[in-house]
Formats: sequence, C-alpha cells, structure tokens
Amino acid sequence: MSQAATELIRISGHAGTVPGAGLNREFQVCKLVDTTTCIGCKACEVACLEWNGYTFSETTFNNSYQTMPETAWNYWNLIKFNEHEREDGTLMLLMRKDQCMHCEDPGCLAACPAEAAIVQYANGIVDFQEANCIGCGYCMTGCPFNIPKFSPKARKVFKCTLCNDRVSVGLEPACIKACPTGCLHFGTKKEMKELAETRAEQLREHSGYREAGVYDPPGVGGTHVIYVLHDAKNPELYGGLPKNPQVPLMVRLWKHPLKWIGNFGIIFGVVGVFIHYLRYGPKVVEGDEDKGHGAKP
Amino acid sequence: MTNGWIDIKNTDMMLIMGGNPAENHPCGFKWAMEAKRDRNAKLISVDPRFTRTSSTADLFLQIRAGTDIVFLGGLIRYALENNRIAKDYLANYTNAAFIIKDGFKLPEDGLYSGFDSEAGKYDFSTWNYEGADGSDRQAGTVRHSPDVVPGKAGGATPPPHLPPNVAFDLALQHPRCVFQLLKRQYSRYTPETVERITGIPRDQFVKAADLFTSVRKDGDMKKVATIIYAVGWTQHTFGTQIIRTAAMIQLLLGNVGRAGGGVNALRGHSNIQGATDMAGLYDSLPGYLKAPVPADSDLDTYLKRITPGSSKPSPWASFNYYSNTPKFAVSLLKSMYGDAAKKENQFAFDYLPKVDRDYSWTHIWDDMYNGKVKGMMAFGMNGVMIGPDTNKNINALKKADWLVVGEIYPDETSEFWRAPGITADEQKTINTTVYRLPCAGFAEKDGSMTNSARWATWKYAAVPPPGQARLDQDIVAEIFLRVRQLYKKEGGKFPDPILNLSWAYADAAHPSLSQVAMEVNGKALADLTDPTTGQVIKAGQQLPGFAWLKDDGTTACGNWIYSGSWTEAGNQMARRGNEDPSGLGVFQGWSWSWPANRRVLYNRASCDPDGKPWDPSRKQVWWNEAAGKWVGNDVPDFKPDSAPKDHMGPFIMNPEGIGRLFAPIGVIADGPFPEHYEPIESPIKNPLHPDQSNNPLVKKFKTPYDKFGTPDEYSIVCTTYRLTEHYHYWTKNNPMNVQLIPEPFVEIPVELADEKGIRGTEMIKVISARGTYMAKAFVTRRLKPMMIDGKKVYQIGLPIHQGFRGIAEDEGRDARTPANLLTPAVTDPNAHTPESKGFLVKIEKA
Repeated sequence: MSQAATELIRISGHAGTVPGAGLNREFQVCKLVDTTTCIGCKACEVACLEWNGYTFSETTFNNSYQTMPETAWNYWNLIKFNEHEREDGTLMLLMRKDQCMHCEDPGCLAACPAEAAIVQYANGIVDFQEANCIGCGYCMTGCPFNIPKFSPKARKVFKCTLCNDRVSVGLEPACIKACPTGCLHFGTKKEMKELAETRAEQLREHSGYREAGVYDPPGVGGTHVIYVLHDAKNPELYGGLPKNPQVPLMVRLWKHPLKWIGNFGIIFGVVGVFIHYLRYGPKVVEGDEDKGHGAKP
Repeated sequence: MTNGWIDIKNTDMMLIMGGNPAENHPCGFKWAMEAKRDRNAKLISVDPRFTRTSSTADLFLQIRAGTDIVFLGGLIRYALENNRIAKDYLANYTNAAFIIKDGFKLPEDGLYSGFDSEAGKYDFSTWNYEGADGSDRQAGTVRHSPDVVPGKAGGATPPPHLPPNVAFDLALQHPRCVFQLLKRQYSRYTPETVERITGIPRDQFVKAADLFTSVRKDGDMKKVATIIYAVGWTQHTFGTQIIRTAAMIQLLLGNVGRAGGGVNALRGHSNIQGATDMAGLYDSLPGYLKAPVPADSDLDTYLKRITPGSSKPSPWASFNYYSNTPKFAVSLLKSMYGDAAKKENQFAFDYLPKVDRDYSWTHIWDDMYNGKVKGMMAFGMNGVMIGPDTNKNINALKKADWLVVGEIYPDETSEFWRAPGITADEQKTINTTVYRLPCAGFAEKDGSMTNSARWATWKYAAVPPPGQARLDQDIVAEIFLRVRQLYKKEGGKFPDPILNLSWAYADAAHPSLSQVAMEVNGKALADLTDPTTGQVIKAGQQLPGFAWLKDDGTTACGNWIYSGSWTEAGNQMARRGNEDPSGLGVFQGWSWSWPANRRVLYNRASCDPDGKPWDPSRKQVWWNEAAGKWVGNDVPDFKPDSAPKDHMGPFIMNPEGIGRLFAPIGVIADGPFPEHYEPIESPIKNPLHPDQSNNPLVKKFKTPYDKFGTPDEYSIVCTTYRLTEHYHYWTKNNPMNVQLIPEPFVEIPVELADEKGIRGTEMIKVISARGTYMAKAFVTRRLKPMMIDGKKVYQIGLPIHQGFRGIAEDEGRDARTPANLLTPAVTDPNAHTPESKGFLVKIEKA
C-alpha cells in the first residue's frame, strides 16, 4: 500500500504524461463510516486536529452537539448531527462524520488551474499540495461536498488528506485509530465495499432498516470514503450528504471543451494579430508621441 | 459489574437504563456495538431523554426521571404472566421457594410490616424466612446476621438473624413462599400503571417487555440478556432498590453468572471501583467488611455480628463464604497495626474508630454548615461541584476554619469564595484558610486502577509531575509523619492508633505504591502449610490468595479481595497476556481481577443443577465428573470440589447460597422487595399509595438551604448528566474539550420552548427551590412532553460540567453557575447517594 500511496496518476493543470498513469494496480484505499454504529463521540475530530497539528478553534453553542456548522480550513473532520423524526413518530439522532470523500473523479482536481496543486495518488487519495496552491478557490466550486476551505491568512485552500502521511507508511488514518466503537474501518476499496454491503444487509434483515444501504456515489466515479446509512434513499438527512453528487457542469466545460475553445481563441487571437501586423504594419496613433513614457501615477 | 466490559459482546439482549454508555463510556460501548454486529443482539434504551446511546438502540422509551422501579416492576410482572422465566434456575438458585414468616406484609399502602413511624425506620423481624422445625426461634445457637444498621448502640432487642434451617416449597405454591409474594407484589405494576406513572405509552412498554423477555421464550435457556446501568439509577432516594429490581429480573430470567448476562454497573471514573473496594464509604472497611459500631464492645462481639451463619433448606449445601470473615478482619488489623496487633489486645481492635452515626457525603456538609466539621481535606475530587445543593456547601465552607485542596487545576472548591453571587465585600468576611496543594495528574503517577469489570491494572508514570506538584501519597505521608511526631512529642487523648500504625515502607516520606500494593495483597507472618496440598508459604512471603488468610495473627492482608494481586510470582496486575482460548473475552492473563482473578461472578450459575452449561456455545465453567472438580475457561466462583448432587448454591457470598429475590432482615433498609416511591420532588402524588408518596426512610436536613419545591410552583421535571465531550469538571481546562462543547446548555422540549417563547441559544434561567442555573436553551425533539397520571409534564435536562473555573469560564463566556445549585440534599437510605436525577424546576427567559 505504501508504494501505491506515493505514485501519481493525475496532476492538476498539467499537460502531458503523468508518471505511473495507466498502470494496473491493486490496493485502492477506502475509509468506511458506518453511521449506524457512530456514537458522535468526536474522538475522530480531536484525533484529526492533533495529528495534523491544529489547535483550539473558538466555537459557540449552536443549538446542537455539533462542534461547528461546517468543516473549516483548520478543522477537516466534523460530525454532523441531525434530529430526524420518522413517519411512525420515532426519533433518530443521525450522526455522520463529514470530511473529504476522496472522489475517484475529483471535482476539485478538475477545477484546479494550478500546476500540481491537487494530485490523486494511485491508492485513490486526493491530496492538496499547498506549495503549489494559488488560492483561487476554484476547487471549492468544483467540490460537490463543500469540503475544501480557504484560509484567509495563508491564502490557500486546505482539506483532509486521508492522512496520506500515515497511510504512505502503512498506518491507518488518525480518525480510524481513535474511533472507539469500530464504526470507522480502513482497508482496500474492495474489502470496505464488501464489509459495507454485508452490514447494510444485516441492518435490512435484523434491525428493521429496510432502506439501509451503502453510499458510494457514481456521479463522482465512486469515493474512497463510503458510508453505511440506515436510510440510503435519503442521504440528505445526514447533514446534507448530496443524493447524487456530480462535478459541476461549468467545471467540466471549463476544463474540457471550454478550455480547448479558449485555447483556440487565444491561438487564433495571437495568429490574427500577427497576420494583421504583417498586412497592415504597426498601428500609428497620431499626436501620441509625447505620451511614450507612460502616465504618471 | 458482575461480568465485564468485553463480556458484553457475548450478549443477545441489552437493557441500558440509568446510564448512557455511548456518551460516558464510549470505549467500553464498543462491546455493545460488537454484540449488535456479531450476534444481532438487540438494544433497548430507556432514558429521560433520547441520548447518543438511544441513537444506536433498537427501541427507545422516554421515561419520567425517577420511575424506574415501575418500569422494572412491570417487566417482572410481564415475565411472570407470560411464563418467560427460568424455572429451574429460579427454584434452585434463588430464594423463590423459601417461605417467609407469617406476619410479613406487602406495601399495598406504601409500608411494609414493622414500620415505626416515630423512629422513621423498620423493625425487620417479620422480614425473614420461616424456620423449618421451629429453628428460627433458637436465637442463641446461630451467629448474628451481618446486616445491622450501624449506630443502634446497645439496643434492647438483638438484631434479627436468619434461621439455619429454612422452610421451603420447591413447587413454589406455598402462599407465603417468595415466588408467590413476588407475584403478588408486582401484580399491581400493570402496563396501565406503568403508563400512568412513567409516561411510557402501554403499547411501547409491552413491546419492550416482550423484546427483553424474548430471551426466555418457551423456557429456552440458551439466550442471555444483560442489564447495564450507571448513576442514573443510583442517584435517587430509592437508588439501591432500582438496582435490586434489575437484579431480581436477571435472577427471574436466569441471566446472572452467565457470559453476556449479569447486572453491570458502569463506574464513572477509571478507579472509582478501586476507591470503593478500599473502603470509600464511611461504614465499611477495606474489602467491604462492615465497620465496627459502638455496640461492638470487643473483637469477638464485632466478629460475631459481622459473620453470618449459614441459612438454607436442610437438604442443600451452602458454602457461606463470609463465614471466613474473622480471617479477613484479623489479617486487616495485622496489616494496619503490625506487631502492635496481638492476640492479647484483640489485635488492636480498640484502635479502629467506631461508627456511631451517618458520616456520608451530605452529612459531612451539613455538619460543616452546623459548625461540627471545622476543616476539610479534599483530594482527587471537586467537592463544591459534585454534591447536591452547591449553595449550602459553599456556605458551609465559609464557616470552616480551613480547607486543603489537592488538585491539578485551580478548581471551584479551592476558589469557592469566588462563586457567583459572592461580592468583593463579602469575600473579605470569609475567614476560611485555603491551602491549595498542586498534585500529580494521572499520567504522572504509577499504581493500580480498577475498572468497572473489577480488573486491577498496573500503570506506569509517563512523565514526572511538573513544577512543585507532588504525588498524593507523598503529601499524605508527610502529613501523617508530622502528626505522628506531634503525638510522640505531646502525647494526647489516645495516641496509640497513630503511634502504632504500621508504616513499613522503605522510604517513609515517599511510600512506593508497589510496596503499598504488596501490603494490600498480604503476606505470611509465620510459616504456613496447606493441609490438603502440603504447600508451604514461608514467613515473609507474599500470599497466593485469600484462602490462606488466618484469624490467629499469622497473616497480614490490607484488603482480602485483593489478595492474589501481588504474589511471590510478582505483580499480577502488570500482566499483559492477551490469549483468550475460549473466545469469550475472558483474558485470564491480562491484568488481574478480584476476587481470585474471576472474570464473571457467580459463574456456577452458568450451568444447570447437574453442572452442565445452559448454553454449550458459551461455556464458562462446568463440572468434570472424572476429575471430581469444577473446571473451565474462567476461575470457578464456587467450592471447587462441591459435586452438583450436594446442591450447593452458586451465590456463595450469601449465607443461603442463593440469589435473593427477597432481601431478608433489612439488608436493604427500605424493603425486601423494591416498591415505587416518588422522588422527593415530584409532579404527582404516588398513584400506588398517595398517602405514602415518598420513601418513608428518607430524612431531610434542617438548614435554611434545605428547601423543597412543590409542583404548583415548580412543574418541570429536571435531570442532570454528563456529555461525551467532557470529563466531569476538569476537561474545561483543556482547549480540545472546550471547543467541542464550549458553553453550558439546557435541553428543553420544542413544545415547552414554544409555550415560553424561547428560541434555541437564548439564555434562560432554570430555577429550583434551592437555586438558579443560567445557560443557553438547547431546543430539541429528543425530549418530549409526557402524560403523567393524566397531566401533561415536561422534562428537561442539563449537563453538569461547567462552573466558575475553566478556560471559557475565566474568559467570562460562561454563565458560571454550577448545575448542582439546583439539586436537593436528600439521599438513598442504603447507599447515601443524593437524588440528583429527578427534581423539580421552572424555567424563565433570562
């Protein structure tokens, strides 16, 4: 797993070959979050902060157990709480660990214009390379899960790395290690998918959750963080998990057809200017000689 | 716990009530989740509010705080009515068949037979078994029962005792047999009554009762259910009786002693079990030996009083393990007073203080308020925050001469004079001298910690204490050595117990906890030989276990139940073997569990009367006919060579050898069977007996702070609790915890908020007869209005963590009021625990 974790298969804003792309590999990593055994203890929140070196954030009580309304640039892992009343009048306290989903087809990476600011490793981890980040925030538009967050101080964007630094040396992510109930699992995508499906089936057969299922949305090519939900038909109940997340159309257009149209536009523009110059020579503005040294500020 | 944390994974059914393990014991709760994942175990959560434990439950029922006995009594009735009981277990392992004396009366009017309304207590003489062949009248031939309320010095009537030969009816038909009385007692707890008192709709109750008792469907004994609780059950004026009701259900269903079963108390601190074992309560000595009272004029009288004689149906055998009490008590005296404890001076029995009255928590504060207690040493706890009626306690501290606080942070106790409401002018008038001693934190100390499962685990110091902080034992040692010096120099009324106290540590000023632990385990003071095996323990050697203890002064042992924890083979608590051949989570080689490294108590009851496991897939111990002894995956909690045909009872610590459905002779002061009483502050009169609404044994203090509210003014039921994000009162000094829950709040139902025009996050006041608590409103659907006895009743709850010292508190961000300002100082008559869960309040916008 460790080798796969450092091998690149895609690079943002990069034309040409990517070393390692197209090779056949195993060990796509995956985090499984079983929301039916999550107890909202927030051990994962604290483990994330401690491993990644973030300290105290000032928070205020917001009529919920939830630490803050959304993840932050320095708070990558947040349990989202929702009190949900079912049709039969019974209550559910839904708790979902929110963090980067590490999409197979990452919208952030697609949207990013900066060379190598976002990379995807062969094991599926989508990682921000802050040294290359230009702080444009396009990744925030590209993400259907509202995960990348801008730091006004650093003027760069940050998010969960799936503990790439731990995973690349054979350790599990910090949140997994901290989880006391075993609601978090980590392994290969194949194993986690099987485990999740087995658990969902158990919930359907033995716990009366007829709509229990696995969240691994195809709209982004599947994710490297998957959920078991009591009610997979209504993922929105779990702190706004999108039902059918997609990379936004504008990002797709901008990075594919529009990019080429734009490139053609630029090329035609330059070529046109050159032809124009050849045919008509330099443009002379009459009575303009005195202004040649530029305007004063 | 009768069982253990890991053992929860073996269960088929969990009733979690009076506790919220997902939030307060998240690491242990993994085993509940494992039982669900691996065994499809069911979880029923019954709580005043929908908690994070409830979120994982198969069934949640919202109960009115303080009505647990009605729910559990209803469960007993349901199990009996639907024949979901363990018949063989019941007849052979409990006192269901025992016949009770004529004249015993059930509390249909709220009182058992023998109530003395003037003294406010019971005469227990009818709460007893009938002797077969009149043996109950031979008072002189048996030893007294261990169970006498201390403080009744030199009474004219001798305390009642159990008859040695008990009348019984194995058919369970005799109208005065325990089984028939039990049936009658709980026949009143119908689903309708449950609904009327607890607020749980009857169909929901029946659903829960059906689910829980389904483990005993058609009498099949294979499945097992566990009951898990915490202080939500203890903190009531009838807390002990709630737990007893749970124990009775488990006996009825045959769930005690079995893997995945039992009655399991979750302790709130890592070592609160250890503190209790070492005599955390004033009326006990280490190892739960009863403390001497003034009537115990000499050692012999004392030992006679606390050592039970066996009491059983004549064809049965009873181990009556407490018949060894004199060995435990004399070895303790030898451990405490060394060579000064001699046969000639009754092993220095006179040195022991005699308990003449109630010295429990609320009494300490009441005595301080009344000027009887002049000073207090508070170590390892935040006294102002933890007890009920904070205002009274702060006012008591104002009257004290001195206060010593050993802590790792400046806390509310050491700064009680900064409590909200005390003005700068008033501060000048407070003359209490406060000494604050910086102590070492848990990671800076070694020693043992005993968890809820009775596992004593040795730990090592990770870092040295910072700055001037010192180890607790060093502080205590220095105080002791200086006091001893003063007694040496100046004499005094009775210097002997201080001067002769055994202090045989290599470094007297810095006792090593290893040496203390060895002392607790005990050692031989003369060469000892086991008559059956011929094994010899030389004088000075560590004892292998409590079976070696003697009452002739040849052994010393600081706590008999810990004997075996540090033997000649070394520190057993430091063992880290992780082999578990049975797969039941027994882990015999990991740390050490009292007693005798047993992991599940009463495990003989996991087998049928013939000695075969009820469930062959969860084998704990069993009778090996060929070897003529009990063997198994756990240490048998039984006489190892007692063959099943001897019919020895599995509950060897009771003189009857059986589990007590009926608690005789006042071992539980307020009734042989639990009866529902309303909390002292309650929205209704007890529908079962309005003229005896509360527990008749509850007493109230008389200071101006001991005020009680009535439902016409205070109509809302309030309870208190902890959150998973905080640990009692000290994580508010840790930024990581503070950011998770930055401010105190009050959880209130949406309907109540609408009625009062309160929106979430608005500041509100919660007012009881004793004080006003301020915090932000947490408007939630997790608490719903309830119909109680035809009346709409709201229930609210608030966490206990925040006060007036901590990161957010110091920044002035908090309301600075401790939660226990609201709670009353009334207690359970058995365990002296205050009623913090279930009292009356009103709320207002701040």
